[in-house]
Amino acid sequence: MSEKTEQQRLTVFKTYKLYVGGKFPRSESGRVYEVTDSKGNWLANAPQSSRKDARDAVVAARKAFGAWSGATAYNRGQVLYRVAEMLEGRREQFVREVAEAEGLSKSKAAAVVDATIDRWVWYAGWTDKISQVVGGANPVAGPYFNLSSPEPSGVVAVVAPQESSFLGLVSVVAPVIATGNTAVVIASEKAPLPALSLGEVLATSDVPGGVVNVLSGRTAEIAAPLAAHQDVNAIDLAGADEGLAKELEIAAADNLKRVLRPQPVDYFETPGIERLTAFLETKTVWHPTGSLGASGSSY
Amino acid sequence: MPPSAPASALSDVTASDSTLRRFLHGLPGVDAVGLEARAASLGTRSIKTTAKAYAIDLAISMVDLTTLEGADTPGKVRALGAKAVHPDPTDRTTPTTAAVCVYPDMVAVAKEAVAGSGVKVASVATAFPAGRAALEVKLADVREAVAAGADEIDMVIDRGAFLAGRYLKVYDEIVAVKEACGTNARLKVIFETGELSTYDNIRRASWLGMLAGADFIKTSTGKVAVNATPPNTLLMLEAVRDFRALTGVQVGVKPAGGIRTSKDAIKFLVLVNETAGADWLDNHWFRFGASSLLNDLLMQRQKLATGRYSGPDYVTVD
Repeated sequence: MSEKTEQQRLTVFKTYKLYVGGKFPRSESGRVYEVTDSKGNWLANAPQSSRKDARDAVVAARKAFGAWSGATAYNRGQVLYRVAEMLEGRREQFVREVAEAEGLSKSKAAAVVDATIDRWVWYAGWTDKISQVVGGANPVAGPYFNLSSPEPSGVVAVVAPQESSFLGLVSVVAPVIATGNTAVVIASEKAPLPALSLGEVLATSDVPGGVVNVLSGRTAEIAAPLAAHQDVNAIDLAGADEGLAKELEIAAADNLKRVLRPQPVDYFETPGIERLTAFLETKTVWHPTGSLGASGSSY
Repeated sequence: MPPSAPASALSDVTASDSTLRRFLHGLPGVDAVGLEARAASLGTRSIKTTAKAYAIDLAISMVDLTTLEGADTPGKVRALGAKAVHPDPTDRTTPTTAAVCVYPDMVAVAKEAVAGSGVKVASVATAFPAGRAALEVKLADVREAVAAGADEIDMVIDRGAFLAGRYLKVYDEIVAVKEACGTNARLKVIFETGELSTYDNIRRASWLGMLAGADFIKTSTGKVAVNATPPNTLLMLEAVRDFRALTGVQVGVKPAGGIRTSKDAIKFLVLVNETAGADWLDNHWFRFGASSLLNDLLMQRQKLATGRYSGPDYVTVD
């Protein structure tokens, strides 16, 4: 009897939604598009974001920027590590989603997910070390201290890699937020489901709402208004093809956004700190020391 | 809406406390569910492209740019005045705002800051925002502001007296303030709808204010939890429409507080057009009491002009 009811049970399908400002809205436009696995079988409907969703995401990211960039680097490291903890608990789900999305065997997908979780941990460790590496005291010939310290650029639009829907995604998002930026992420157009599920993980970690915003849909449609947006400070073009990247770079020039051009990356390799430093500004201050007497400082 | 009394009938209703009470309590009760549903459905209108551009410019021209803080300095008021005259210095086609709204002691500073631009100076008075002071004190407050050159006076009613049912006291106070305003200053009467508890009370207060000679009726001070909402503004728009139908006198409406986005502002303009009519779509008859709204309107205006989203870096911080 119980076996029979088991068979008759209807599967509960998941409604994939965007992740904006810590909430899970549908697209403002009400549109969805079909997401299929590598063999063309239907997997789910994903929201097809419009430019207004992009605008709302920027507002959310800007709102979150003050608190996130103001948090101590140590605290940000703890929060990012917490994301890895939450991912570990959902490992099975992500293995399935990555296997379906990228047409990988279960064991290969598991390797991808493990590498992804390790990537979060790797970047979590960098949060309170990056400023020692790229900042510091500069030698000057004069009675001054001259100190440089890195500061986050602001709101960063991230065009996530198209092929590597999960490892690639995390490899470009984690460095952006590790240094205190907030991100508006455009998920892989063909395989957005791991990214949308990542939103659920972030919502249950300690990452404040708005720090990462995930949009799915047609990459070109969402990226164009973000590249032209006057309140976006930088854009990572990792997932844009050559033609689109050129267009976006032109649009981004208008308010002098920082642009990270697409480049061939093996996401399984341990990354360097290039993606961490890509979205940092260097603040340099001069501090007069005065003349030093026998007792130390003169003031 | 009020019983189809001839206009002359209204001259009797303020004869005594009891006739005034009978009139105000004789106003039809407000259908709260219907009111909220109507306000919500009018809020779903889609206003795009050229209509949106028109609405944004109109809304900018209707803003009473307000600063009512204990920490207001002459410098801040001057900055506000400059912003009212040139809301977007990078685009001189931007209309000026309707007025700047300040405390009475800042009227002279504001007046100087907007001199020659056509921007009016409004001043809150009558022991704003609580309205808890003796009548003489309130009148002195008004006279001070008018003497300093205020073009408009925003008074608060005595909510305590209103809620206690002493309508004639409230009425007399408005009449006295109106008199103190003289012939040059227009009077806006603030009901603080958030403290009036019911829609029926808002309707009664609207009629009371208009009977007493208000040039504008205004929702709120912006200092309490509930400020201007679409339903209470819709209710007041119905009141001014009915009052004009009955007496021929047109009264303005000013929602204030809590209107922060262009989208909200455009929803209010739809309410105005659909309720009171196009006659009110002018800054002589409709105003927004707001401060942060103007920045959002300017960002939307820039978006329409350039096609790309603007950001808070491109408007002033105030």
